[in-house]
Amino acid sequence: MMVISLSKDVMRIIKDQDVVPFRNRVKEKATKIKMGLVNQTKLITAASELVRNMLKYGNGGEIVIEVVSRGRENGVRLTFKDKGPGIADISLAMKDGYSTGKSLGLGLPGTKRLVSEFDLKSEVGKGTTVMIIKWANG
Amino acid sequence: MSLSISKILQKRKSSVLEKWIQNQLSDEGLRDDLISNDELRASSEELVDILATNLNDTNIEDANSEDFEPVLEIIAGISLTRARQGFSPRETGLFVMGLKDAILSVLQEEMQEDPTSLFRESMKMIKLMDNFSIITFETFIKGREEVILRQTDEIAEISTPVIRVWDGILALPIIGTLDSARTQVVMENLLQEIVQTGSSLAILDISGVPAVDSLVAQHIIKTVSATRLMGAECIISGIRPEIAQTVVHLGIDLSTIITKATLASALKYAFSILKLEVRKTQKEKTTLL
Repeated sequence: MMVISLSKDVMRIIKDQDVVPFRNRVKEKATKIKMGLVNQTKLITAASELVRNMLKYGNGGEIVIEVVSRGRENGVRLTFKDKGPGIADISLAMKDGYSTGKSLGLGLPGTKRLVSEFDLKSEVGKGTTVMIIKWANG
Repeated sequence: MSLSISKILQKRKSSVLEKWIQNQLSDEGLRDDLISNDELRASSEELVDILATNLNDTNIEDANSEDFEPVLEIIAGISLTRARQGFSPRETGLFVMGLKDAILSVLQEEMQEDPTSLFRESMKMIKLMDNFSIITFETFIKGREEVILRQTDEIAEISTPVIRVWDGILALPIIGTLDSARTQVVMENLLQEIVQTGSSLAILDISGVPAVDSLVAQHIIKTVSATRLMGAECIISGIRPEIAQTVVHLGIDLSTIITKATLASALKYAFSILKLEVRKTQKEKTTLL
């Protein structure tokens, strides 16, 4: 089934201070489509993971926040685009506990478990794009 | 060749300054509550002086010329102090734009008989002054941003209190996002307080943290390990149901840490470790009997 975008917002993330307003915006959208508290928290946590990755490894970037609909389901789609160094080995990056930085290494695999749909594209030297969707009842 | 703009400016420096100050003083938006007339005069005079000395016929068309560095320095200095003093961007902008008006009207007086060169020279001057105005705005905004950043730091500092809830028990309510800088402050305050009070238990309450992602969890784990190194035990409280589910899905292992749902249950647990008991007093019973 087709995923239709109902509203679209673009936010630029450059510094740490941009994380909180971005999270609030995501929360706003999630509340609007009546997403439950647990799913909301999962979405916000996933968004938070990805935005931190973007800041840490990609030097910031752009996030598209969309309210999407597929049939009777509504959801929030977030697309994170950065022009950072890219990910050399995606399957390794998706493994629990693997990190090139000194973090827990749960960001990417954890995020995938938190959301309904997860898509990661990366080209070394060009940048990384991550798309996630969380359905209101997913 | 008719008179050049730089020569006119040097010759009529004092009348430019007078006109400019007149403009500023007669302006309704004059903020004599923020800056005294003397100060205003001093900074205006300095700017006109520097501009007259550095301006010549070759660099007038190039605002990025090195000759203007002292001018830009003064403009930047003025707008920075104004941003801190609480001037509005409009007032700061008008300050520099007022100088343009003054110079142009002097130019007009000097070149009355030659409209073509008046126009040509005016255009050059306007371009240069517009460039200066833009720089004024840029530095003004920078000044404001610095104010905001300073406030952010202050908020981070005051929002991490360490409370002594009982003899030997500390509580640390965390409100807002737990980032690296914040964790540093939290950890420092907590460890310091543990030494000072000789406490053996610390309760870290995260009910005010909106989302616990892997970075926040990592910071919590670090804080707990540091506390343990100091010989104290750390209890994490305020874990809401939705946070618990999220943490499990993320795959964060917090099983080595003592966690409680509420601050009350954490305190109760702390009491039991310290072998303390909270009991109702017997008074009521005796009066009933």
